[in-house]
Amino acid sequence: MTSTIVDLVAGVRAGVRTAASVLDDHLAVIAEREDEVHAFNLVLADEARAAAEGVDAAVADGRDPGPLAGVPVALKDNMVTRGIPTTCSSRILEGWRPPYDATVVERLRAAGAVIVGKTNLDEFAMGSSTENSAFGPTRNPHDPSRVPGGSSGGSAAAVAAGFAAAALGSDTGGSIRQPAALCGVVGVKPTYGVVSRYGLVAFASSLDQIGPFTNTVADAALVLEAIAGHDPNDSTSIPRPPPVITATLGDGVEGLRIGRITDLPQGADDDVLARVEAAFDALSDAGAKVVDVEVPAFTYGLTAYYLIAPAEASSNLARYDGVRYGLRVEAADTNAMYMATRESGFGDEVKRRIMLGTYALSAGYYDAYYGKALKVRRLIADDFATAYEHVDVLITPTSPTVAFPLGDKTDNPLAMYLCDTYTIPSNLSGDPGMSVPFGTGAGGLPVGVQVLAPTLSEPLMFRVAQSLEDAAKDDVITAARSEPSEASPGTANLRFGERSLRGDE
Amino acid sequence: MSARITTADVVHVARLARLALTTDEIERTTAQLGDMLDHFADIDGLRLDDVDPMTQPYPLSNVLRDDVARPCLDRDEVLAAAPDGFQGRFRVPPIIGLVE
Repeated sequence: MTSTIVDLVAGVRAGVRTAASVLDDHLAVIAEREDEVHAFNLVLADEARAAAEGVDAAVADGRDPGPLAGVPVALKDNMVTRGIPTTCSSRILEGWRPPYDATVVERLRAAGAVIVGKTNLDEFAMGSSTENSAFGPTRNPHDPSRVPGGSSGGSAAAVAAGFAAAALGSDTGGSIRQPAALCGVVGVKPTYGVVSRYGLVAFASSLDQIGPFTNTVADAALVLEAIAGHDPNDSTSIPRPPPVITATLGDGVEGLRIGRITDLPQGADDDVLARVEAAFDALSDAGAKVVDVEVPAFTYGLTAYYLIAPAEASSNLARYDGVRYGLRVEAADTNAMYMATRESGFGDEVKRRIMLGTYALSAGYYDAYYGKALKVRRLIADDFATAYEHVDVLITPTSPTVAFPLGDKTDNPLAMYLCDTYTIPSNLSGDPGMSVPFGTGAGGLPVGVQVLAPTLSEPLMFRVAQSLEDAAKDDVITAARSEPSEASPGTANLRFGERSLRGDE
Repeated sequence: MSARITTADVVHVARLARLALTTDEIERTTAQLGDMLDHFADIDGLRLDDVDPMTQPYPLSNVLRDDVARPCLDRDEVLAAAPDGFQGRFRVPPIIGLVE
């Protein structure tokens, strides 16, 4: 399962390996470990086999099988699939079969990808650990006693465990980047509007964005290019062609200005901060210049987000009323039916956010909370824009910690919200961000470094990410060579962390 | 407990949100929302009078399409997914019924 998407597609397109055999390999891994990990709400073995055979038939007939020919992809279960249950990991949508496909689903299929299943998430994408699922938590493949992050934890775990070569997630406040960091995979939140939200079940419409999880930066570029681009069905879709990322991926970082945010909110663990410092060193070694910048409003992101996102959610989730889809709890009149259905169908975190959002929008509090949060959002976007006058990209931790144990934060919602401190601001500004695995921290668990870039600067962001990935690879190889007697990948990764720490001394 | 939100506020908001919260949930929600609103007070000191609110990241307005009929969702397929599809419609309990 170690082959990259780039290699896999080349093999399938050339007829060297079949999409069916690639799928079988992945289904075998699912059979082996899914009970332990619980990445999926639904595995679509039959549908996937039919799709794989279609790809192989195209290759045999000499037709173009597409840029993602035969790539097994897992879909977060908040992207609608016609005739196939889409639950958002909520009881309120259990059993619902959508009457249409999301635009990303159509684009994946058109590109030759093979959809292997629908992945678990925090209910309606509200959470940072995938513990808020009506169907039970997903576990981190690196350590099943720990969370995979969230809300796209099932998608991150599916890629990390080798269940799929790629997965799609949605990122409203970090829900792609944070689980990517905790599971040791690449996760990308594109610029708002680059990937169509048509068919993504809405959480907070001005913040939600779909993006890929993969094992490598180049693979993420390939998947993003396939799903991006204007869609008339999404009125917030940016009317521009998809970004061209792969062409400049190897251009390096020579001469680029890499921003270090001097007033970044505190709270990240030392093991994580050590890896971020190592990232600055690696980019500096590769010819970039590290520049200190301030982003003063960054620190207010959490407050602005936890007023704006629940406000939008409280409106978006009004549609779950027992009339058009999903659960209905019968009652004597319509209003009582609404209230009983919603009380029974939503989990605690979803109710909490609906309550918070409804409160922030209610008469007498609108100006004090929601209205003020919208102004803070402007400050954050302006501060990023000012910073980007002095630097090309910004580097931060993705998550303040490595993966934490299940149950650690479930009783303290505010502690869970703090997981999103470093990822939230770019959802508010709309700018792109991605997490790249960069060695390990406490307990040998993966650490992700976040690359942030200006609006529509995906090609630049990916170049920097590629440099980080190259540096991480070089370090692993160097470490493995220096102590060849312990050259298993796990120990090499651990030594990679130690080596860099020594380098900082 | 925070003075920012009372149990009465929570009961009122739950009704607005059409959530039949239990007594336990009302107590817990009052405490949790209070903690959050305390944390959110960090923006109270900001001078925001001259700042324009930002509602979306990418400025697009009046996104229109040509007024041409297009295929739409299949009615039977949509109704089949409803809790109570009936003769081409969504059926609901009486609207005028028991007072809440």
